Amino acid sequence: MTTNSQFMVQAQNVHKNFGAHEVLKGITLNVTHGEVMCLVGPSGSGKSTFLRCINHLDVVNGGRLLVDGELIGYRDGGEKLFELKASEAALQRRDIGMVFQKFNLFPHLTALENVIEAPIRVKKLKRADAIARGKELLTRVGLEEKFDSYPAHLSGGQQQRVAIARALAMDPKLMLFDEPTSALDPELVGEVLDVMRELANSGMTMIVVTHEMGFAREVADSLVFMDNGVVVEAGKPAEVLFNPQHDRTKAFLSKVL
Amino acid sequence: MSDANQNAGPSENSDLHSAMPTETIKAIPLRHPLRNLAAAVLLVVSVSFLYDASHREIYDWATFTHYLFNHRVLTGVVVTLELTAYAMVIAVLLGIGLAVMRQSPNPVLKSVAWTFIWFFRGTPVYVQLVFWGLLSTVYPSITFGIPHVGDIATIPSINNLSLFVLAVIGLSLNEAAYMAEIVRAGLLSVDRGQEEAAKALGMGWGLSMRRIIIPQAMRIIIPPTGNEVISMLKTTSLVTAIPLTIDLYMATRDISATTYKPVPLLLVASTWYLVFTSVLMVLQYFLEKRFARGYAQMGLEVQVTPLEGNGAG
Repeated sequence: MTTNSQFMVQAQNVHKNFGAHEVLKGITLNVTHGEVMCLVGPSGSGKSTFLRCINHLDVVNGGRLLVDGELIGYRDGGEKLFELKASEAALQRRDIGMVFQKFNLFPHLTALENVIEAPIRVKKLKRADAIARGKELLTRVGLEEKFDSYPAHLSGGQQQRVAIARALAMDPKLMLFDEPTSALDPELVGEVLDVMRELANSGMTMIVVTHEMGFAREVADSLVFMDNGVVVEAGKPAEVLFNPQHDRTKAFLSKVL
Repeated sequence: MSDANQNAGPSENSDLHSAMPTETIKAIPLRHPLRNLAAAVLLVVSVSFLYDASHREIYDWATFTHYLFNHRVLTGVVVTLELTAYAMVIAVLLGIGLAVMRQSPNPVLKSVAWTFIWFFRGTPVYVQLVFWGLLSTVYPSITFGIPHVGDIATIPSINNLSLFVLAVIGLSLNEAAYMAEIVRAGLLSVDRGQEEAAKALGMGWGLSMRRIIIPQAMRIIIPPTGNEVISMLKTTSLVTAIPLTIDLYMATRDISATTYKPVPLLLVASTWYLVFTSVLMVLQYFLEKRFARGYAQMGLEVQVTPLEGNGAG
């Protein structure tokens, strides 16, 4: 994979507001290639919004957000920024995989069809190649017996694993996870985390919004604690979790650990 | 071994289990006397009506069979089917366009769509058809030009438009207003997460509409659209307002004007309408099944006749 920049993700003073409500109040952070970053924080802290800004599902109102050196959502015209056309934004998103809290599988397509849809239609892969790759990915997430199952016939954990395979099928350079295990029954969380752990070990750059502190401690390279639209504290997971410096971090961790 | 012995200790719990009755229940089913009485009464009334109808002179079944496959009637059938098909195809396409316009962030596109729907849904289709019939009177010619510069082009007369074309225009514009609302309901029924998931995979708007959103919306769109097609088949009988007089209904009216036997010819028209609405119902059944893929477990079964899925009796 060619590398355009020192960092996979660079956020520089990112602001985002919905009307009068300011959700992100200047986020600055860097994610290196191959890094696994966990974003934690109370609900409403802006961590999901920040994640959604990274692939332009939400539009940044201030600051700069770059993925692999490329400005997201805008073209820098020297003095002015120009909003990208929908097709150009779509082109940027091809390289950024996203996994949603509620899976968002396409219910009218089977597991395999979910996985091969974008490679065939967007990347213009040959159908046979897409199917071979799709089967390989579904096998990798442990669903070799569910190729032809519709999402309604799969458990939550299985659906989320299909969703991960679907995102991987586009060969992304960055994977975003928006609370991937929050909608799952407790006994199904493990199977999804196992897949994510394997993915992290394979060298994928990942940003994970999560409440799974055990996963964060074990798998993440860095941990960012957000509250009220700002980064309160960031560092090695063990440091932030066991030796928090800020009162807000301490208060939050005392509730979740 | 005595019963007391069997229930003696916890170690013999398995005996307790095997002592329970295991054979299938053979109870006397609950009777429904009122329901059965109502069914019997309806059956008697229906049979009497059918028997009476088969003998009643004014129905004149001989004339009915004589004209059922009459050339003019069959030509009328074809005209009615053509009107239905053309009007519905245009209405569906226009309806999708209007539904998309109504969701547009642009206020002009939004209001134009809203006004179109407001007008064509708010006036009777019969009145609209009369209006289309008067089109060449209202607009004898249409001229395109720029003020103070001059005319660019003039369409001398819309007289050349045939009555059939006017009928298709009239029916389709009216229907488009209804289709727009049906399509809009379908699009709104698809979870927003679907569009986001498609976007996140790098799909553009058109692709995600075509491959992800519309196929899911179809499940909601098809049943009411089937209704609209059936409704359209019958609404074509109003094109006499244009006046277009070669459709099925007017063909049978014309014949009865010379035979003085309106009732059997009304039956001829009704029979043909029923034949095609029945065919449409079967088509709708298969379409609904096709687009219910992936939803089977949610208990969304599709039923075409009253005798299906009636196991409970």
